[in-house]
Amino acid sequence: MRKNGFARYALIETLHTVQSSFGYLDDDAIRFVANSLRVPLSQAYGVVTFYHYFSLKPPGKHTMTVCAGTACYIKGADKLIATAEKRLGIAQGQTTKGGEISLMTARCVGACSRAPVVLCDGEVNGEMSGEQMIAQLERWSVE
Amino acid sequence: MTLEELEQIAKSVHQEYEKYDYEVNVCMDLACASQGAEKLREALVQAAEASGKKVLVRRTGCMGPCSSGPLVRVDPEETLYHHVKAENAGAVVASLGGEPVPELQCDLSEHFDKQVRVVLENAGHIDPEKIDDYIARDGYKALMTALLEMTPYGVVHRITESGLRGRGGGGYPTGLKWSTVAKASGDMKYVVCNGDEGDPGAFMDRSVMEGDPHRVIEGMAIAAYAVGASKGFIYVRAEYPVAVSRLTTALRDARRRGLLGSAIGGTTFNFDIEIRLGAGAFVCGEETALLASIEGRRGAPRTRPPYPAVSGLWGKPTLLNNVETYANIAPIVRNGGKWFFNMGSDRSKGTKVFALTGRITNTGLIEVPLGIKLWEIIDVIGGGVPGGHKLKAIQTGGPSGGCIPAEMLGIGVSYDALMAAGSIMGSGGMIVMDDTSCMVNVARFFIEFCMTESCGKCIPCRAGTAQMFTLLTRICNGTATMDDLELLEDLCITVKEASLCGLGQTAPNPVLSTLKYFKNEYIEHIVHKRCPAGVCNIEAPVEVLA
Repeated sequence: MRKNGFARYALIETLHTVQSSFGYLDDDAIRFVANSLRVPLSQAYGVVTFYHYFSLKPPGKHTMTVCAGTACYIKGADKLIATAEKRLGIAQGQTTKGGEISLMTARCVGACSRAPVVLCDGEVNGEMSGEQMIAQLERWSVE
Repeated sequence: MTLEELEQIAKSVHQEYEKYDYEVNVCMDLACASQGAEKLREALVQAAEASGKKVLVRRTGCMGPCSSGPLVRVDPEETLYHHVKAENAGAVVASLGGEPVPELQCDLSEHFDKQVRVVLENAGHIDPEKIDDYIARDGYKALMTALLEMTPYGVVHRITESGLRGRGGGGYPTGLKWSTVAKASGDMKYVVCNGDEGDPGAFMDRSVMEGDPHRVIEGMAIAAYAVGASKGFIYVRAEYPVAVSRLTTALRDARRRGLLGSAIGGTTFNFDIEIRLGAGAFVCGEETALLASIEGRRGAPRTRPPYPAVSGLWGKPTLLNNVETYANIAPIVRNGGKWFFNMGSDRSKGTKVFALTGRITNTGLIEVPLGIKLWEIIDVIGGGVPGGHKLKAIQTGGPSGGCIPAEMLGIGVSYDALMAAGSIMGSGGMIVMDDTSCMVNVARFFIEFCMTESCGKCIPCRAGTAQMFTLLTRICNGTATMDDLELLEDLCITVKEASLCGLGQTAPNPVLSTLKYFKNEYIEHIVHKRCPAGVCNIEAPVEVLA
């Protein structure tokens, strides 16, 4: 916040910084940011819920993100999502009960030439198959 | 910084590189990096040190044919190696000065022959984190020439003369936009770069920002000089962390070299750029929504006019262009408007970068002169559809574009021809579909995208896309009637004509174009309850599984 001189227009920048430090934005964080920047709480909350990138829930220990861009879709990303949902017993956007694994989808990570793409804890894996994905999930659940 | 000083830097860089006999360039773009390019680079550095040869190992931006990654190009011979693993590093270094390694060498001359590189001329040749590499390839020369030898009016005139049109998709004449902002009154003006590449299936702007960030900065600085702005913003998606860090480095280096900041080149011109992060909203690619997002608000578009050129950021005149548009500026200023005007087709000048993906042999980034026939891109550059499948359609323009059927491969790729075919140029995504894709399902995918990305401000878009999605889902699972199809067509027109911004106005395009060329597939789903491509699960009541 200081970097941007507590400017009101820096709301999104500030929220990015908070989310990258804590992994998500809880009520206290949003309230604190809104107060510090003298932005109405409604506006801050509106911004947080408007943009997909901000999360109100804490992420799991590991995150698997399946790219759902067009190129990945053509090459069967929806099958991958269904496989992962079945394996983990959760729907996309949710985290397993013990807070172990989050299953997310992304709107294109820009690695379309290697579709379908899956991000395992932020690391890009191209040309992913259902078996490879299950293997990765197994590795995580063993830990 | 003066022109002489720039030349001095370029000279010293060339002298530095002359010390080496060979240059080994490793592509470090996302696609190659995800296949172990970093390990490969380390192995190459080690092998080069051990061999005692004078070898420079350089990391570069995207070389293009991503499906062959990780890619390595050895200069000065220009030998291209594909699928190079860290274990191969020794063999590559050992071959320097002798015969190339046969099992790694790839011949993609057909892939490259039809391409003309303007925007991507440096990608694959420079280290994106080294400003001196860029200067050594005539970087910032255009900015200095403009500042020292041209009037702002002269710069605008040159851009107008080139016939460059906006590369973000709309195709608005860039020169006209610039002159509007230049003529607008006001002491404070802004220059904004749209790097919110939300179109799924496109990654041209990412590659340009990551592979050649200084080119975007130079283009923006020239634009600022031409329109009289002193402050710039680059709006980048938060999903592109590498692009953000490369741009941050590039901005820092440019400031250190006195190419940004106050009194640039000893003139009275002051200009600096800030990076703004997006947060995952497709609608922010729309200009008024993007400006709202820079101001720290929700990215909801507003009615136009007034256009941003008159009243943009904080109510000031604002010039807003796409990454690729800015990347075209420096070469136009350097080589003249005529040079650019002579490339391309009738009303679409210059070159365009496309991200060629989907069911095609050579996926990756290509740059072609506009007017090139679609079949040349698919069959020659792309190498055709693999696995003995039959080409069905080519999707351009992302969720705002349409599908061009295989029978229309003869059309030239230009703004007008694509528009006439029911699609749009868009930002440059080109997704190839073969007979395993169901066109109804594809249309449903895009409408779902537009439905979730609709900002909700105007009703035709918010409610219309949701209803279209319901209708398409019904068609996909075989519960629709012919009346539903009629309703869908009707709804398309309503959403197209009544929506507030570009997102809503173009959202029906994927449905309209598939209805136009693949209506039989819709009818097949409705009447015969079967999916010709075998994608849709007709038995499943609600959820459509692929």
